[in-house]
Amino acid sequence: MEDKTVALTEATYYILLSLYRPRHGYGIMQQSQTLSRGRVNLAAGTLYGALNTMCEKEWISPIPIKDNSRKKEYMLTDLGLSVLKKELERLKELVDAGESILGGDNND
Amino acid sequence: MTERKTVYKWFYVWQFEEEELWLNEMAQEGWALEEVGWCRYTFGKSERGEYTIRLEMRPFDEGYVSFMEETGASYIGRVFQWIFFRRKSSLGPFDIYSDMDSKIAHLERISKFLSIVGFANLAIGVANSMGANRGGWLNLLCATVLMYALGRIHGKKESLEKERRLHE
Repeated sequence: MEDKTVALTEATYYILLSLYRPRHGYGIMQQSQTLSRGRVNLAAGTLYGALNTMCEKEWISPIPIKDNSRKKEYMLTDLGLSVLKKELERLKELVDAGESILGGDNND
Repeated sequence: MTERKTVYKWFYVWQFEEEELWLNEMAQEGWALEEVGWCRYTFGKSERGEYTIRLEMRPFDEGYVSFMEETGASYIGRVFQWIFFRRKSSLGPFDIYSDMDSKIAHLERISKFLSIVGFANLAIGVANSMGANRGGWLNLLCATVLMYALGRIHGKKESLEKERRLHE
């Protein structure tokens, strides 16, 4: 069944964004931290659960392991990319709505 | 050889946060958890606060353990489905769960385990009480404690779910 457009959690959003390039678990944690300017610290248990769920949904897929590295890497799928783009649209709408009421100098 | 000590201590299943707190207090005092067993904790002398200890309930999953190890944590051991990890505090804050969804999912795993064991005890207890076996009350007692535990865990879960409705 196709997922409806619902909000992604912050963790999901940053994991997907991190996987725009292939990364292993620890790499995803570091990238999420960088992208969020240090605000989002993914814990390993949360990340592991999220990666498994996203693999099941086929938003991401594991990359075949190279010879001398035992670390499993993941990468965004086309489906994952479209989920991410849809979420970006939703977030833009939220920001636009907020700014139209609270933003700028014309507060009234 | 490093100095070691073993402490025997009992925690009820709904006290896993207290258990973790106690283990971290020990680590702060320079006693880092090295081995675990049924009500048994073995510590090794370390620097004060050298390690952060975390525990969680999770069915055994080798992939998970190696995933944790990739992030700098080391696996200490397991008691039933409870697994224990430690990580050098110098690597930064160490948590297993960083959002409410995964904390709720963790409590759901505990609930599931408690209901299975609880109902099994209830069934055995009832069957034994109706027959000639006099040991049935023991299972009924176990079932009572487990059901109480289930209630405590459910309470924790509900307060998290309430929060979850407003924010992550």
